[in-house]
Amino acid sequence: MPSLSQWYIKLSFGYLLMGFTFGALLLAHKGQPLHPALWNWLPAHIEWLLIGWVAQLTLGMAFWILPRFWKEPRRGNTTGAYVALVMLNAGIWLASLGPVYHLSPWLLVAGRLLEAGAAIAFAHAVFPRVVGRDG
Amino acid sequence: MPLLSRWHIKSAFVYLAVALLLGIALSMGAIVQLPNWLAYLSPAFFHLIMVGWVTQMIFGVIFWMFPIITRARPRGNESLGWATYILLNVGLILRVFCEPLNAMNPLDIWGWGLVASALFQWLAAVFFVYNTWPRVKERYRNE
Repeated sequence: MPSLSQWYIKLSFGYLLMGFTFGALLLAHKGQPLHPALWNWLPAHIEWLLIGWVAQLTLGMAFWILPRFWKEPRRGNTTGAYVALVMLNAGIWLASLGPVYHLSPWLLVAGRLLEAGAAIAFAHAVFPRVVGRDG
Repeated sequence: MPLLSRWHIKSAFVYLAVALLLGIALSMGAIVQLPNWLAYLSPAFFHLIMVGWVTQMIFGVIFWMFPIITRARPRGNESLGWATYILLNVGLILRVFCEPLNAMNPLDIWGWGLVASALFQWLAAVFFVYNTWPRVKERYRNE
């Protein structure tokens, strides 16, 4: 497993833990009220699990297992995939904490822009590897 | 494919089918009067998909396909893997039963069922990450 995939996957595990922690608090709060402000964390819970856990893990796995080239660099130009990692995680934090702390709605927009940019950068980096057996 | 992965993956398919059947029932709410308990299953519908189907499928495939740690201990602590499976599934099923019952009978025992469900699912995530973290690495080279 390449080191970039390890970064994607370990970060996705972090979001899995954070998402399940706040999900567990929200669920427990339904059964035995803990604190009403917990509901503010619902958007972060969703963001961390959908984008941070599932989407990020998928990108890490794709970078690892998509077909490689016969010649070095075997995974092609990986700059876009590195840029995507940074943009995706910056986007997740902006998109999750903006709504939680009732900050400017532009933070959510900025977060979504970074996430979309990450998707484009990653796709650009791996598109040449999406090939059949004959290349 | 290891036995634990087969249990995870087959269970994931069952949850997907159950979730989509529940989705049919919930969608009927706009046409016919649904029983109250069924309407309270809307959050469970999303969690059956995201936890029961997506997350569980990922757990099963990762346990199967990630690089092994060593030949002697290929997939980490298998008992912890089984504990993850049991906690995730008991926690999710507990939620499906307790959430509508708690909504209809607040302050009853069902609220504690939701607390237990939350704890079980959280522990499942912690055990999964703890057991899988050492397998996020380069391919095992028989050192």
